[in-house]
Amino acid sequence: MTNRGSKAVALEKRDPVTGRMTTGHEWNGIEELETPIPRVVIFFLVVTILFSIGYWIFMPAWPLGWTYTKGLLGIDQRTTVEQQVEQAKAERAVWMDQIEQMDFATIQADSALMGVVQEAGATLFGDNCAVCHGTRGTGGKGFPDLAAKAWLWGGDPEAIAETIRVGINSPHEETRTSQMLAFGRDGMLDRTQIDDVLAYVQSIGTASEQAQPTPEAAARGSEIFAENCASCHGEDAKGMHDLGAPDLTDASWIYGGDLQTLHTTVYSGRQGHMPAWEGRLSAADRKILTLYVLALPQEKQ
Amino acid sequence: MVAQLTSGERQLSLVVLFLLGLAGLAMGVAGRGDPIGVHGLMVLVIAAGLAFVVMASFYAPEPSPERLDHYYDDPSKVGIVLTMIWAVIGMFLGVWVASLLAWPDLTFDAGWASFGRLRPAHTSAVIFGFGGNALIATSFHVLQRTSRARLPDQFSPWFVLIGYNIFCVIAAAGYFMGVTQSKEYAEPEWYADIWLVIVWVVYFAIYLRTLARRKEPHIYVANWYYMAFILVVAILHIVNNLAVPISLGSAKSYSLFSGVQDAMTQWWYGHNAVAFFLTAGFLGMMYYYLPKRAGRPIFSYRLSIISFWGITFLYMWAGSHHLHYTALPQWVQTLGMTFSVVLLVPSWASAGNALATLNGAWHKVRDDATLRFMMVAAVFYGLTTFEGSFMAIRPVNSLSHYTDWTVGHVHAGALGWVAMITFGSIYSIVPWLWKRERMYSARLVEVHFWLALAGTIIYVFAMWNSGIIQGLMWRTYNESGTLTYSFIESLVAMHPYYIARAFGGLLFLTGAVVGSYNVWMTIRSASASLAKPTEDMPEARLSPEPAE
Amino acid sequence: MAEFFHRKLERNAIGFVVAIVAVASIGGLVEIAPLFTIDETVEDAPDMRVYTPLELAGRNIYIREGCYACHSQMIRTLRDEVERYGPYSLAVESKYDHPMLWGSKRTGPDIARLGDKYSDAWHVAHLINPRDVVPESVMPKYGWLARNALRTDDLGLHLKAMSRVGVPYTQEMIDNATNDAFGQASPDSSFAGGVTERYGEATHVRAFDGDAARLTEMDALVAYLQILGKLTDAAQPKTASAEE
Ligand code: HEC
Ligand code: HEC
Ligand code: HEC
Ligand code: HEM
Ligand code: HEM
Ligand SMILES: [Ca+2]
Ligand SMILES: [Ca+2]
Ligand SMILES: [Cu+2]
Repeated sequence: MTNRGSKAVALEKRDPVTGRMTTGHEWNGIEELETPIPRVVIFFLVVTILFSIGYWIFMPAWPLGWTYTKGLLGIDQRTTVEQQVEQAKAERAVWMDQIEQMDFATIQADSALMGVVQEAGATLFGDNCAVCHGTRGTGGKGFPDLAAKAWLWGGDPEAIAETIRVGINSPHEETRTSQMLAFGRDGMLDRTQIDDVLAYVQSIGTASEQAQPTPEAAARGSEIFAENCASCHGEDAKGMHDLGAPDLTDASWIYGGDLQTLHTTVYSGRQGHMPAWEGRLSAADRKILTLYVLALPQEKQ
Repeated sequence: MVAQLTSGERQLSLVVLFLLGLAGLAMGVAGRGDPIGVHGLMVLVIAAGLAFVVMASFYAPEPSPERLDHYYDDPSKVGIVLTMIWAVIGMFLGVWVASLLAWPDLTFDAGWASFGRLRPAHTSAVIFGFGGNALIATSFHVLQRTSRARLPDQFSPWFVLIGYNIFCVIAAAGYFMGVTQSKEYAEPEWYADIWLVIVWVVYFAIYLRTLARRKEPHIYVANWYYMAFILVVAILHIVNNLAVPISLGSAKSYSLFSGVQDAMTQWWYGHNAVAFFLTAGFLGMMYYYLPKRAGRPIFSYRLSIISFWGITFLYMWAGSHHLHYTALPQWVQTLGMTFSVVLLVPSWASAGNALATLNGAWHKVRDDATLRFMMVAAVFYGLTTFEGSFMAIRPVNSLSHYTDWTVGHVHAGALGWVAMITFGSIYSIVPWLWKRERMYSARLVEVHFWLALAGTIIYVFAMWNSGIIQGLMWRTYNESGTLTYSFIESLVAMHPYYIARAFGGLLFLTGAVVGSYNVWMTIRSASASLAKPTEDMPEARLSPEPAE
Repeated sequence: MAEFFHRKLERNAIGFVVAIVAVASIGGLVEIAPLFTIDETVEDAPDMRVYTPLELAGRNIYIREGCYACHSQMIRTLRDEVERYGPYSLAVESKYDHPMLWGSKRTGPDIARLGDKYSDAWHVAHLINPRDVVPESVMPKYGWLARNALRTDDLGLHLKAMSRVGVPYTQEMIDNATNDAFGQASPDSSFAGGVTERYGEATHVRAFDGDAARLTEMDALVAYLQILGKLTDAAQPKTASAEE
C-alpha cells in the first residue's frame, strides 16, 4: 500500500506570512511548513534527559530482572520515612518525656505543658474520638458528652486514662464492661412496671415529663427502682462509678431523657461500646488525650 | 439514512442486529436476578429498535451509485449529535456530583443517586460519551478528507458508532445499578469490556482500510494521533481489564491482578487513558480543525514528528506518578517521575506548534469565537501538561495527591483542553457537514465561549485553592511537632470551594446547553444551503479510475 | 536523515502501526513485568489470611457503592500520614485484593487501618446517616444497606473465582461459603463455629448490624470495614509492644 498515485505530490511553495517553505504536501487544504525544530525544544529535551539520568544514578531506578539499581545515595522511601518519624519523635521528646514521666496533677499545673496538650490533643481527638464524641467532645445520641463532667467511671485522670486504654465493652482483654439490662425484653419487668419506674426516674431528675407522671406511679416506681436498679445506679440514682452506671438525676443523658428513649433503654437494655486505644495510640498520646478530655469543660464553656 | 445503505449492507445490519439481540437475550436469561440480566434486556430492546429502523427502509430503492462520489458523513453527523447529548448528560452529572459535595443531603434515598455511583457515571459520560463520540465522529471526517478516500463501506462506521454508544449506555446504566470493576476509567464489567474490544477492532479496521485506499501518499499528522489513540487504547483496555467472571450469568468479575501489580497496571492504563484518549485523540482533532479554520499551514512539520513520537513513547512510562510514596517499589516511581518531566517537552512542543500555526491568523482568533475555542484549548493543554509534569515530581505529589488539586488539574485538562477543542471543532464541522454557510448564531457561539471560559476558570481556581489548602492542612505541624489540623477540620475548610466549583460547573454546563441549541438550530435551519464545494469529495470523483 | 526515514514511514500505514505499537509497549513492559519477578516487591507475611465470604461480600458492596471514590486505602511513606493514620501500607497487605482499592482521592479519610477503630454500632449509625454522628460530614447516606438482605447463594462462586486468580481458598471454604457468611453474622447459630475453624480464631463473629436474626448488606460491609488493615500484622512496627 506504500507509495501510491504519486500525482498528489504537490510542489513546495513559500508561505507569504512567515516566508518559510512548505513541505510540499497538502491534505484537503492543510499544508505544513518546513520550520526547523526550535532550539529551545532541543535544549529542554537535553536538560530534562540529563536531569533524568542524574536522578537515575542517585536513586533507585532501573529494573534488572530479579533486582533493580539501588542508586548511589542508597535512598529508600521506607527508611526515609522511618528516620523522619524517629527524628520527629526525638524532637518531641523535649516535652513528651515530661508528659510521660510527670503525674497528671503536675502537668495540669504546668501551663506551658498544658498548652502543648491543647494543641496535640485537639488533633488527636479530632482524628480519633470526634466521630463519636463530636469535635467539641459534647457527644451525641449513644455517645457520652465528655465536656459535661458527668463521668460514668469517675472523673479522676487515672480512671479516664484507663477507659481510653482498654475501652468499654471492647474486644480488649482487660476491657471495662458495663451493661444496662433489658428489663422489658427479658421479662424482668412488665409494661406497667416500666412505666412506673420511668415515672419515678422522671420525678427525680431532668428527664422530660411528656407523660405527666402521677405521684402515685412515681411512688410505685420508686420501689421498683430500689429493687431492680439501685444495685447499679445507686439508692439515690446518682450512678456508680465502679459499674459505669450513669447518674440518672443530672442533666446529662447518653441516649436521651425523653420518654420514648427511656422506654427503649429500660425495655431493650444498653451496652455502649467505647473502643480500646492501646495498640493504636501510644501511652503518651493517651495521656495527652486524658488531659485534653479533662480540660474540655473549662475550655468550651 | 438507512436508505443510503446498499441492500447487502441492510441485510448485514439485520444479521448483526439479530446476533446482538440474541446475545442480549442470552444475557437476560442467564442473568435473571442479576444486573447482567437487565443489561441483556437493554441490549435486546436496543437491537430490536434498531432492527425496526432498518426494516422500515429495508425495501427502499438501492442508493444511487453517485453516493460514492461523496464522502460518507452520515455516521459523523449522528456522532456529532450524540456528542452534544452526552456533553449535556455528562456535565449535568458533573454539576450534580459537585453539588453533592457541597450539599450532601440534596439527593434521594436510593443507591443509584449516591455520590459513589454518580461519580463514575459522570467521568464515563464525559470521557467516553462526550469525548469518545467526538473522536469517532471527527476521525471519520478527518480520515476521509486527509486520505481523499471514502470510508471503505457504509456498514462498519455505523457498527462502530452505535456499538460504541451501546457500550456507553451499558456502562452508565451499570453504575446506577452498582455494576463496576472499581478501576477508574475502566469501570465497566467484563462483558461490556469484551464488547468494546469487538467495536474497537472494527474501528481500527476502518482506519486501515481507508488509509489503504488513500490518494495522498503521506499520512497526515492528525491520523498519526487518531491511530495512536485507537491502537494504544486497545492495548491498555485489554490488559487492564483481564478478569475472571464468577459465572457467565453474573456481572461480577475478579481482576486477574491484585495488589501492587494491579495498582501499577491500573495506573499504566489510567494515565494513558488520559494520554491516548484525552490527549492523542484530541490532538488529532486539533491538527485538522485548527489549521483548517485558521487557514494557515502547520507551523512545523518537524516539530510534529518530535511531539508525536515523544508523546507516544514517554507517556507510557508515566503512569507510576499516580502511585508516588505508595507500596509500589520506589524504582518504578523514579521512572514515572523522570519520564513525566521529559514528557513536558513534546507536550509543549505540540501546544506551541498549534499556537504558532495561528501566526498570521490572530485577527481571526479575535473575531471568531470558534477559532478562539481552539486557541484557548491549546493554551489550557500547555497549562495542564505543565501542571501535570510538575505534579509528577515526587515532593510536589506528596502534597497534591489525594487532594482536590488533582481534580483541578483534571478539569483544567478536561474543560479547558478536551471540551474546548471539541466545541471549537464542532462549530467548524457542523456547518461543513450540514452544508450551511455558518452556525445558526455566531452570537451564541460567543456566549458559549465566555460561559465555558468563565466556568473553567472558576472551577480550576476553586480546586487549586481547596487542593492546596487541603494538602497543607494535612501536613501542617505545630511548633511542638504534632499535627495541627484534624481531618474533619480540613473537610470543613473545603465547603466554600465546593460551592464555587458547583457554580463554575453550572456555567460550563449552561454553555454546553447553549451550544447544543445552536447546533440543533443550525441543523434545522432551512437557510440557503451551500452548493457542494467541489474540493470536498473523494479522489475517486476527481480521477476516473476506480478507488482500489 | 531522520526526517527522510520518517517521510518513508508515514507513507506506510502498516509500518506506522507497527512502529506505534513497538514504541508504546516499552514503558509498560519495563515497569510492570519486573513487579512479578523481583521478589522484594511483595513482602512476606506468613500470618496473612484471606477474606471470609462475608467480608468479601462486604468488599464487593464497598466497590458497588463507589466508596473508593472518596476513601483511599493506602497510607503513603510520609511522616504526616504515618502519624495520622498509622504504619505505612505494605504491598503484601493488598496481595489478595482483586482489584486493589488504593484509591486516588481523599474526600474522606484514609481507611487502610480502620479495622477495630470504631464500634459496629457506630459504623451502622454512620452509614445510615453520617451527619447523625459527624455533623460536618459530606459522605452520602447508605440507608438501604440496612434494609437489603445480603445475597449469599453465589458466594461459593465468588470464592471460586478468587481462587482462580490465585487466592488460596480451599475447597472446604468454597463449599461452605454461604453458611460461613450466615455464621459470621449470627454468633449463636450453628454455623458460627465453622467460620473461626476455617478463617482463624481472630475472625470477628458477631451481629455486625446489631440484629443477629437478619443477614443484611450492612452486616457484610461492616464486617469488611472492621478487618481493614487486619489481614496481617506485617505492617505493625516490631517495637509497638515494647513501647507500651
Ligand atoms: C466508636 C465510638 C467511640 C470512639 C471513636 C471513642 N469513644 Fe469514647 N466512648 C464511646 C462510648 C459509646 C462511650 C460510653 C460507653 C458506655 O456507654 O458505657 C465512651 C466513653 C468514653 C469515656 C468515658 C466517659 C465517662 O464518663 O467515664 C471517655 C473518657 C472517652 N470515651 C474518651 C474517648 C477518647 C479520648 C476517644 C479517642 C481516643 C474516644 N473516647 C473515642 C464511644 C467512642
Ligand atoms: C447491671 C447494672 C444495671 C442495672 C441493674 C440497671 N442499670 Fe441502668 N444502666 C446501667 C449501665 C451500665 C448504663 C449505661 C449503659 C451505656 O452507657 O451503654 C445504664 C444506663 C441507664 C439509662 C440511660 C442513661 C442515659 O444517659 O441515657 C437509664 C435511663 C437507666 N440505665 C435506667 C435504669 C433503670 C430504670 C433501671 C432499673 C429498672 C436500671 N437502669 C437498672 C446499668 C444498670
Ligand atoms: C462523598 C464522599 C464519600 C463517599 C462516597 C463515602 N465516604 Fe466515607 N467519609 C467521607 C467523609 C468526608 C468522611 C469524614 C467525615 C465522617 O466521618 O463522616 C468519611 C468517613 C468515613 C468513615 C470514618 C473514617 C474515619 O477513620 O473516621 C468510614 C468508616 C467511611 N467513611 C466509610 C465509607 C464507606 C463504607 C463508604 C461507601 C459505602 C463511604 N465511606 C463512602 C466521604 C465519603
Ligand atoms: C460541568 C462541568 C463539570 C463539572 C461540574 C464536573 C465536576 C466533577 C466532580 C465534582 C468530580 C468529582 C471530584 C471529586 O471526587 O472530588 C469530577 C471528576 C472528574 N471529572 Fe468532571 N466535571 C465537569 C466536566 C468534566 C468534563 C467535561 C470532563 C472530561 C472531559 C470531566 C472529567 C472528570 C474526571 C476524569 C474526573 C475524575 C477525576 C479524578 O479521579 O481525579 N469532567 N468532575
Ligand atoms: C505532560 C502531561 C501530563 C502529566 C505529566 C500529568 C500528570 C498527572 C499527575 C502527576 C496526576 C496526579 C496523580 C495523582 O497524584 O493521583 C495527574 C492526574 C490526572 N491527569 Fe494529568 N498529566 C498530564 C496531562 C494531562 C492532560 C492533558 C489531561 C487531560 C484531561 C490529564 C488528566 C488527568 C486526569 C483525569 C487525572 C486524574 C487521575 C485520577 O486520579 O483519577 N492530565 N496527571
Ligand atoms: Ca472494565
Ligand atoms: Ca444482622
Ligand atoms: Cu497521570
